[in-house]
Amino acid sequence: MDWILPHAVSSYAGDIDAIYYLILVITGIAFVVTEAALVWFLIKYRGRPGRQASYIHGNTKAEIVWTAVPAVTVVVIGLLSGSVWNSIKGRDSVPAGAIPIGVHAKQFEWNVTYPGADGQLGTGDDFTVRNQLHVPVDTPVVVHLSSEDVIHSFFIPAFRVKQDAVPGMHIRVWFKAMETGEYELACAELCGLGHYRMRAAVTVHTADDYQRWLSEQSQTVALQER
Amino acid sequence: MASIAAPVEHDVGHSHELSFVRKYIFSTDHKIIGIQFLLMSLLFLLIGGILAMLIRWQQGFPGQVLPGGGVFPETMVSDGIILPEFYNSLVTMHGTFMVFFAIMPLLVGVFGNYLIPLKIGAPDMAFPRLNMASFWLAVPAGFLMIAGFFVIGGSAAAGWTSYPPLAETSEYSGVYLGQQLWCVSLIVLGLSSILGATNYITTVINMRAEGMTWFRLPLSIWALFITSILVLLAIPILSGAVIMLLFDQTIGTHFFKSATGLPILWQHLFWFFGHPEVYILILPAMGVVSDIIANGSRKPIFGYHSMVYAIIGIAFLGWVVWGHHMFQSGMNPTLGMSFMISTMVIAVPSAIKTFNWLGTLWRGNIRFHVPMMHACAFVSMFVIGGLSGVYMASTPVDIYIHDTYFIVAHIHYVLFGGSLFAIFGAITFWYPKMFGRMMNPFWGKIHFWLTFIAYNATFFPMHQLGLEGHMRRIYDASRYDFLSGTHGLNVFISISAFVLFASQLIFVLNFILSWFRGAKAGANPWEDTGLEWTTPSPPPHGNWPATPTVYTPPYEFSVPGMAQDYLPQDQSKDMVTAGQPAKGG
Repeated sequence: MDWILPHAVSSYAGDIDAIYYLILVITGIAFVVTEAALVWFLIKYRGRPGRQASYIHGNTKAEIVWTAVPAVTVVVIGLLSGSVWNSIKGRDSVPAGAIPIGVHAKQFEWNVTYPGADGQLGTGDDFTVRNQLHVPVDTPVVVHLSSEDVIHSFFIPAFRVKQDAVPGMHIRVWFKAMETGEYELACAELCGLGHYRMRAAVTVHTADDYQRWLSEQSQTVALQER
Repeated sequence: MASIAAPVEHDVGHSHELSFVRKYIFSTDHKIIGIQFLLMSLLFLLIGGILAMLIRWQQGFPGQVLPGGGVFPETMVSDGIILPEFYNSLVTMHGTFMVFFAIMPLLVGVFGNYLIPLKIGAPDMAFPRLNMASFWLAVPAGFLMIAGFFVIGGSAAAGWTSYPPLAETSEYSGVYLGQQLWCVSLIVLGLSSILGATNYITTVINMRAEGMTWFRLPLSIWALFITSILVLLAIPILSGAVIMLLFDQTIGTHFFKSATGLPILWQHLFWFFGHPEVYILILPAMGVVSDIIANGSRKPIFGYHSMVYAIIGIAFLGWVVWGHHMFQSGMNPTLGMSFMISTMVIAVPSAIKTFNWLGTLWRGNIRFHVPMMHACAFVSMFVIGGLSGVYMASTPVDIYIHDTYFIVAHIHYVLFGGSLFAIFGAITFWYPKMFGRMMNPFWGKIHFWLTFIAYNATFFPMHQLGLEGHMRRIYDASRYDFLSGTHGLNVFISISAFVLFASQLIFVLNFILSWFRGAKAGANPWEDTGLEWTTPSPPPHGNWPATPTVYTPPYEFSVPGMAQDYLPQDQSKDMVTAGQPAKGG
């Protein structure tokens, strides 16, 4: 559904969008009902000479109804949201076997560290590329997020992923891209005068392309280091 | 208690002996202080509005020469182009001025001061000198905040939320003294708010007139009373956090520095203050709107007791929802669950209030005076602002819309569509009491309709901007391909915002001209039931020759068997029907 929200390309984006549309329907109904009642009352009970307003102080049954109905509705929305939240950001939500990628934010760039051939971060064959995030399609990726200086926020709108990068903290956030193509990574937290241009290109490759890109890059970096 | 607290100079007979300075500048009269707060905060509202126009120029017309931009120094606007560092100052100071120096004093400072003694039947506040100190602390706080624009490095530029480490070191923010002035100003303003709140709480508890029981208090007073408790508890948390931030900036402490402290601690402290603050900014608006809607509908407020309990419920729940500002901050995601549920639950008392307002309109005999139009707009816009809150409360949806224009749309639906419409309504409603003259109703209606239309044209499309992923506080959206489709919408929003700003000039003119030329107002021009309408407009020093006695609940409109459709609180039905005519009118 690209009706209101832009095209979504991560595994859980559909779940987020579904909750959004559910809330849109529920709040839409609440909006129409209350605003229609407001306008209707304003027209129907507009002041006219000789008319007397009803001397009413309230109605307990009505109070109970309009307390209970919103209460049940919002708790249901809360519970539905909760399960989606846990599947995306919960403690154990990172899928097993996800490719680890380090993202170190600093004013005003994204330093992306790839694990190299051994698939492990923190080993000798790691290499770092600035402002380019390359990931394979249909494969979970876990980003190890950190910050050099101030708070930044890792935001890929097409993936519906956002997570603050906090100096002094190491935060994991994962996603699985479902379609190859070019996307954008933006900083969503005001981080200084270059905040607006803290942008990185996100490329989703096929699995083969990703491996090819990875080996090309590690060779380039290895040559540079020699 | 009243006799202990009321100082000597409030004996009515002595009022004419006061010098001009003591009467109008360093005044201890709550009515004068209320009007002083009104003039001060309307000025800041104007300044905040001008900053908003600059923001909208940059968003609608990035890279184009700002008309009149030549008045700014090169460090702010270079060759007519707003600089990114100045843009960050603009969003920071717009938020700061509007929240702390416009909306909050307009509601708490103005109507807390003006209405509490007049509506509970007291000659003045419990602590008139404390009251004066409260105003005269707010003024230098405002000057300190404005001073930021005139120091090297410019004003604070880390957002009105001032997240460290950005807010802490000039190395990161490029701002030197401005960030510290921001802290000092808020510390001084906090002291002002604490003094004010102490005063309001004491006054409501101790100085109610005979017969003014708790459940005969108008909802505006209930709201201001509960708000004052929130202020007294929340502001010291902000002050403490800001003092820690100031120490980090100046004397090398490490409360929020990443090496040894926690940047996220600031967010916990700020929002533990900040969410009650949201209700400080909306509860008094709900209170005055309740008064105006009962008056306009000519009916008792529907479900008065539910309304009181809803105010208390909102105030209580307001303390346990702060984490919903921090879902994506790196806070433990399990906490996100509990904060989501508490946030969802706070929608319930808000819904109760909305339905009770609708219940009040139902079977009424509605008078569409200007305050009533603003009050109905408040209800209508608060519904949108309240419902849009559900999206952010939902943690998964918040992942996407957090820090986007959706949030900007939401806060403006609550603070402009909500609070500011209530403020316009309340100013128009109590203007005759304050100044003895009516504001012009024709221009009042023109102002209302232009504001209502331009306001919605400005802020409703911001929801869609946010849903496109448009981040808030970014200087130039054209840097991003995924935002290339939003430019047209941004232009539309900016033009609407300019119309919105221009419409406010009608209000300014109406406000100033009516002061001198408005139609003379009687004691009770709106035919209201409140105690403040039983004394002349404007009320004399000491408010009443003799303290009134209260016989009835607050909103006795359209009582059966009476000739007039309102029963002032200082009279009972028997007194009126026995032939004593109602005072005022």
